[in-house]
Amino acid sequence: MNQLLTLAANAIQFIDSTGQLKHPLPASVNESLLLEFYRTMVLIRQFDKKAVALQRTGQLGTYPSCMGQEAFSTGIGFALKSDDVFVPYYRDQATKYLRGVKLHQILQLWGGDERGNLYEGAAIQDLPDCVPIATQITHAAGIATAMKIRGEHRAVVATCGEGATSRGDFYESINLAGVWHLPLVVVVNNNQWAISVPRRLQTGAETFADKATSAGIKGVQVDGNDVAAVYQATQHALNRARQGKGGTLIEAVTYRLGDHTTADDASRYRSAAELNQAWELEPIKRLQAYLHNNALWNPEKELALQAESKAAVEKAVDTYLGLAPQAPNEMFEYLFEELPYSMHSQKEQFIQKANSMGGQRHGH
Amino acid sequence: MGTNEKLNNETSGSVCETKVVTMVEAVNAALHRAMQNDPSVVVLGEDVGTNGGVFRATVGLKDAFGCKRVMDTPLAETLIAGISVGMATQGLKPVAEIQFMGFIYAAVEHIISHAARMRNRTRGRLHCPMVLRAPYGGGIHAPEHHSESTEALFAHIPGIRVVVPSSPTRAYGLLLSAIADPDPVIFLEPKRIYRMVRQEIKDNGEGLPLDTCFTLRQGNDLTLISWGAMIHETLQAAKLLEAKGIYADVIDVASLSPIDMETLIASVQKTGRCVIIQEAARHCGVASDISANLSETCLLHLQAPIFRVTGYDIPMPYFKNEHIYMPSVNEIVETAQRALEYA
Repeated sequence: MNQLLTLAANAIQFIDSTGQLKHPLPASVNESLLLEFYRTMVLIRQFDKKAVALQRTGQLGTYPSCMGQEAFSTGIGFALKSDDVFVPYYRDQATKYLRGVKLHQILQLWGGDERGNLYEGAAIQDLPDCVPIATQITHAAGIATAMKIRGEHRAVVATCGEGATSRGDFYESINLAGVWHLPLVVVVNNNQWAISVPRRLQTGAETFADKATSAGIKGVQVDGNDVAAVYQATQHALNRARQGKGGTLIEAVTYRLGDHTTADDASRYRSAAELNQAWELEPIKRLQAYLHNNALWNPEKELALQAESKAAVEKAVDTYLGLAPQAPNEMFEYLFEELPYSMHSQKEQFIQKANSMGGQRHGH
Repeated sequence: MGTNEKLNNETSGSVCETKVVTMVEAVNAALHRAMQNDPSVVVLGEDVGTNGGVFRATVGLKDAFGCKRVMDTPLAETLIAGISVGMATQGLKPVAEIQFMGFIYAAVEHIISHAARMRNRTRGRLHCPMVLRAPYGGGIHAPEHHSESTEALFAHIPGIRVVVPSSPTRAYGLLLSAIADPDPVIFLEPKRIYRMVRQEIKDNGEGLPLDTCFTLRQGNDLTLISWGAMIHETLQAAKLLEAKGIYADVIDVASLSPIDMETLIASVQKTGRCVIIQEAARHCGVASDISANLSETCLLHLQAPIFRVTGYDIPMPYFKNEHIYMPSVNEIVETAQRALEYA
């Protein structure tokens, strides 16, 4: 417990939990970028709190909170180029937002509407959220293979939790990245808890980054609560990948401050003392402290940003709540490119059933 | 994807050759033709490159198209299916080989949870034009796990096609259509008949329709429905019945999902009697579903119960006893005669 979020000696960290610089910031991280990081993280924190509140009031389905994961997702989002491919798991709200997915579309997805995966105006080559653990990493390896076959200078980032590193998909994919020198970057959000199972029960390895050794790819551990560290490590790995130098496994050490999802109650399996300790290490406070210490931020700016973020979230909620429902026939339109003849009667029955139920809609 | 032309190192000559081939050679010819005609087609799997596949279905592809488009993967079926999904979402058309159907289960999560759903999940933004080929079925005296017929597992899943050829011409035409199809196809190759018969094919790149049955013989007395290797026992049974003056429709279902029930219903409404033959275990097989569907649609035309001739609800026996497990010509003839006994 007193060792919470201990980093390996060679882990990358720039801004520590008190907002002090452990190492000089990399050249790629300037003041304006730090401010952009901060704005994104504050917005996503507000969005996340609102999403949980929507679920509690029956206006959203089960939702996976990203509280405490803001630096992880923001650092990755800023490191990606628009023509790279992002392959998320399901706690990547900030990265998706930075890829152009609208906040209301994220709500739409967790509100039980497939159209939340349409990504209008966003990086349409990105994969949607992936619920089955670790399977997205294999898809990312396939996308990296496609880039390699085509000789493109692009790269793929896949994210996963630390629990996912126990699955075959994780090993098979990083192994392939090693054998085929794929432009694949896997970023593990080691947030200490896979629902109720603690990090120490996932692996006997010293670090998750160590798992890269068996695959023959580069492994690096970063302080996942330090957005500058996540950004720098991801950007560096992406550059290597784009240059044909192969894949990287990044372990970002974070803490899941929220429950696994709104259907979970983390107080059943972890102590308040540990959670309090984790709050001391969280990503937003330290960046704010750094910005304050360097005269880049003040209470007036903070108030303005909070108000601006609140307005943006409220607007997204209004848009989400005002979305027209999907027509029943839509459930059949995307099964295949063209609905097979044998399915036509089922589709008609489904539409008739929906019509007979009138405007009744299933709530949450 | 505009980047596809980068792959097109081949001159796409369209020489139409007529050749007499076995079914596995027809598969090979279709793969060559598809790769030649479409630079986005890639082949991957275990031993598919240098070795040309353990059944030689991919022989010559690596030499013709290079190791970027013909990939020997690490020995990992989950990976093979998963990277195929990833490649397919970005505009490639992966044709992956799972060496034996008995090893496909590690790939099932990607087939069911992703390939079958990507188009639906993204409301058409992404889709998975991929083919997973797997030799399947018994009768070649192979070790355990090399003789499975578990097509019903996949036929149950919305969003994937399950296609089974039963002759060289249908293997050639159906595989070409499966590769050209914009959605995922499980292409099950009955390996017992890989080299059983030779047939003339026109290597012209023309596909055969998916979602369509093939009527192989016509008769008014009863309907025999089957697919895959069992088509051969079924055709032999039909000939023996003909010698007794009984004429049967023999229908090769070919596309198990989505299934062309119209053709089957029309035949059974004509004949009033039906026997369905499948090599797979009996319980919850494709034959059961066809039977249920026919009983809902043909009741007033039926003159006898719909019978099934199937394998048994036991694991496929090791090969010393597999011949007992497999449906025989005699069983088909006897069951057909039973159906004809109902007045």
